[in-house]
Amino acid sequence: MRSPQRALISLEGTKSEITGPVFGHNIINEFDNDLIVNYAKPGEMAIGQRILVHGRVLDERGHPVAGALVEFWQANAGGRYRHKKESYLAALDPNFGGFGRTITDDNGYYWFRTIKPGPYPWPNGVNDWRPAHIHFSIFGHGFAQRLITQMYFEGDPLIWICPIVKTIPDEEAIKRLIAPLDMNNTIPMDMRAYKFDIVLRGRRSTFFENRKEGN
Amino acid sequence: MVQSLQYLKESASQTAGPYVHIGCTPNFTGIEGVYETDLGAGPMATEQTRGERITIRGRVIDGTGTPLKDAMVEIWQADADGLYNSPSETRGKADPHFFGWGRCPADMTTGEFVFETIKPGRVPFRDGRLMAPHVTLWIVARGINIGLHTRMYFSDEEEANAEDPVLGRIEHRVRVATLIGKREGDTVTFDIHLQGENETIFFDI
Repeated sequence: MRSPQRALISLEGTKSEITGPVFGHNIINEFDNDLIVNYAKPGEMAIGQRILVHGRVLDERGHPVAGALVEFWQANAGGRYRHKKESYLAALDPNFGGFGRTITDDNGYYWFRTIKPGPYPWPNGVNDWRPAHIHFSIFGHGFAQRLITQMYFEGDPLIWICPIVKTIPDEEAIKRLIAPLDMNNTIPMDMRAYKFDIVLRGRRSTFFENRKEGN
Repeated sequence: MVQSLQYLKESASQTAGPYVHIGCTPNFTGIEGVYETDLGAGPMATEQTRGERITIRGRVIDGTGTPLKDAMVEIWQADADGLYNSPSETRGKADPHFFGWGRCPADMTTGEFVFETIKPGRVPFRDGRLMAPHVTLWIVARGINIGLHTRMYFSDEEEANAEDPVLGRIEHRVRVATLIGKREGDTVTFDIHLQGENETIFFDI
């Protein structure tokens, strides 16, 4: 009921598509990329598996996308979202809001600290569970690059039976949404790391060519 | 074998889900105290912004005729002179008092989205012909696997619309009407139909 039945009309990029909003660092507060504390009471922390999520935002030619706003949101360790329309019986964590944002540096690099989210049941089939996932929203340099996607975790058996994951017909494309465990960036006695690189479109991207940091 | 093309592949899109508000408009869903305000909320024009004030109102409607109450709409538009406030704008400097981007979650009861903005100036197509004034909209929601791009043109710009190169290439002329916002006074109404008889035109941009 929510998908168009007619073909998209193709439109080669005009100024309206190759330009896009670019956000300054002044919108970012000190703890916006630390979900363990950004909603917690002073001196307290969210409960769950402490993880670092980090990676680069790149275009299809492998160039870093610098200054890209990356927003993320997720459920808590038990799979419960802090949203008024959410009624799953797993408890809210009083110290976990479940969202944050950051801006990529000159190398397209971003990172944030969080709690590994839990799987989450949803009313689709009679017994459907979302794999653990973190939602990402990314702004590139042009509005045509606008992307919302989801990150999954290496080794999660729920990935391969999830109808939302399976909306992607290509298994290789699914694998590109699965973040591997990254022991090199794990902080001993503190938190594990997952690496998640994001690639924004460069298809039909000749219009970006005069920008050294663009496509 | 031939050489392999050494390009990365674009990350696949996934739905924004029903709780997109947590990440993009937390204050709207009652999670206050983390972000001062929601990004892209509030009037897009300040007192100093040049241009004619308008309000854009609309709903995103599914194949049964029901408005979506969990959609999120973003708009992107040029300033009153047709310049974009973007580093990729090469033709001149846009109005510094107009950012050009807004974000609005659909009302949880009525499904309505509202943008208080200005009417954009004309922007040239790739070959230099002027496009008619338009705003670009991007729509995400539960059940939409990839963000939908469309454009809203203005019903009080018949002449410009008639020579617009993008509207001009739409083969089924009857569908052009789905891209025209209805202007009455300062309000422009633009309902987006995801599916069915009056299905809005969406672009692969």
